[in-house]
Amino acid sequence: MAVTVRLPTVLRPHANGQSQIAAEGSTVSEAVSWLVGEFPGIAPNLLAEDGSLHRFVNVYVNDEDVRYLSQMDTALSDGDELSILPAVAGG
Amino acid sequence: MAVYRSVDELIGGTPTLDVSQLSPNPSVALYAKLEGQNPTGSVKDRVALAMLDRAEAEGRLAPGSVIIEPSSGNTGIALAMLGQRRGYRVKIVLPGNVTAERRQMLEIFGAEIIASPAEQGSNGAVRLALELAEANPDWTMLYQYGNEANPEVHYRTTGPEIVADIPTITHFVAGLGTSGTLLGVGRYLKEHAPAVQVWAVEPPAGEQVEGLRSLDDGYVPPIFERWGGVDLLDRKMIVRPRESIEATRMLATEGVFSGISGGAALAGARKAADRIDEGVIVFVVSDHGWKYLSVGAWTDDLDAAADHAANVIYF
Ligand SMILES: Cc1ncc(COP(=O)(O)O)c(C=O)c1O
Repeated sequence: MAVTVRLPTVLRPHANGQSQIAAEGSTVSEAVSWLVGEFPGIAPNLLAEDGSLHRFVNVYVNDEDVRYLSQMDTALSDGDELSILPAVAGG
Repeated sequence: MAVYRSVDELIGGTPTLDVSQLSPNPSVALYAKLEGQNPTGSVKDRVALAMLDRAEAEGRLAPGSVIIEPSSGNTGIALAMLGQRRGYRVKIVLPGNVTAERRQMLEIFGAEIIASPAEQGSNGAVRLALELAEANPDWTMLYQYGNEANPEVHYRTTGPEIVADIPTITHFVAGLGTSGTLLGVGRYLKEHAPAVQVWAVEPPAGEQVEGLRSLDDGYVPPIFERWGGVDLLDRKMIVRPRESIEATRMLATEGVFSGISGGAALAGARKAADRIDEGVIVFVVSDHGWKYLSVGAWTDDLDAAADHAANVIYF
């Protein structure tokens, strides 16, 4: 599947300054692996040592947080947008 | 009309309005719980009162005490109003990019404002407040993000009010800030009406928070982890400023003058309504619209209002 990944400001330096990247994958996990393969500097920011999502990172597929979908196994369709954002407080 | 002896007694017990006119699905009813009806105009009056009462009971406050708290506005305003009446000096760490009205309301209630860097959003306010509290051990930080009284007051009051008023509820939708509302109401619902789905909406914070040095600067409130937030929520979604403003304007057509996060909650409720055959959705209008007049939320052209809103913190 061809998907778009939107990167937060802090990760852009690890991806040649790009804010949006055309990526490949049929699950979130595959798209993240693809991304980390292209831009290895992103990996330590995004993933914990066991390969799960870092707790201060939220990943959204079309604006839905994947932690409440099927997490890294969440399926992707062509044209989906994957957004990576730091967890932020309100209040 | 009842007569009350103290403004404290005016907190909570908020009304719920049937706004099913705004439902995209005729078989789904929509109800708005109007937290803007609280004395300082937001849901945070409940939280501030509960945190003050608890700190006093624990002996953490005495007349003349200094209270320091990070807040994007509403908790600060509520603490300032209630704290001043009890003889405390209230200092609020406030990100630079909140609306002018929030700053003015803090001043009305006598709070001292300590500005934190706009580009670090609420996370930056939390970080600075924690540093200041550590450097000034005689100050008291109630710390809404880590204070059990925050989710607890929603478990004890907001949740039961919702189930008593709308016993047929199938979905609950609210904004996620400290997570207190969703944790407290969510836990109450899971215990008393376990079939109810709990949906969180949040703003696309990344666009307001550009100043983080790494993703490790992200912040998950301690209460969210302690109350098992990941398991209490069934869904969490971003609602973008344009959609939030559109929905805030829809609420006005029903006579509800809401803040932008209430619009985001309505937008989330409408998405839920689209995805189900029938149901009864209750969403939270967390604050009144007064504090958002300066971003042109109702009066500017929609694109301009959405651009303005993208640059201010409204949760
Ligand atoms: C306007 C507004 N909406 C929503 C929220 C989120 O509420 P909670 O902190 O209970 O998650 C807040 C929190 O400050 C708020 O001020």
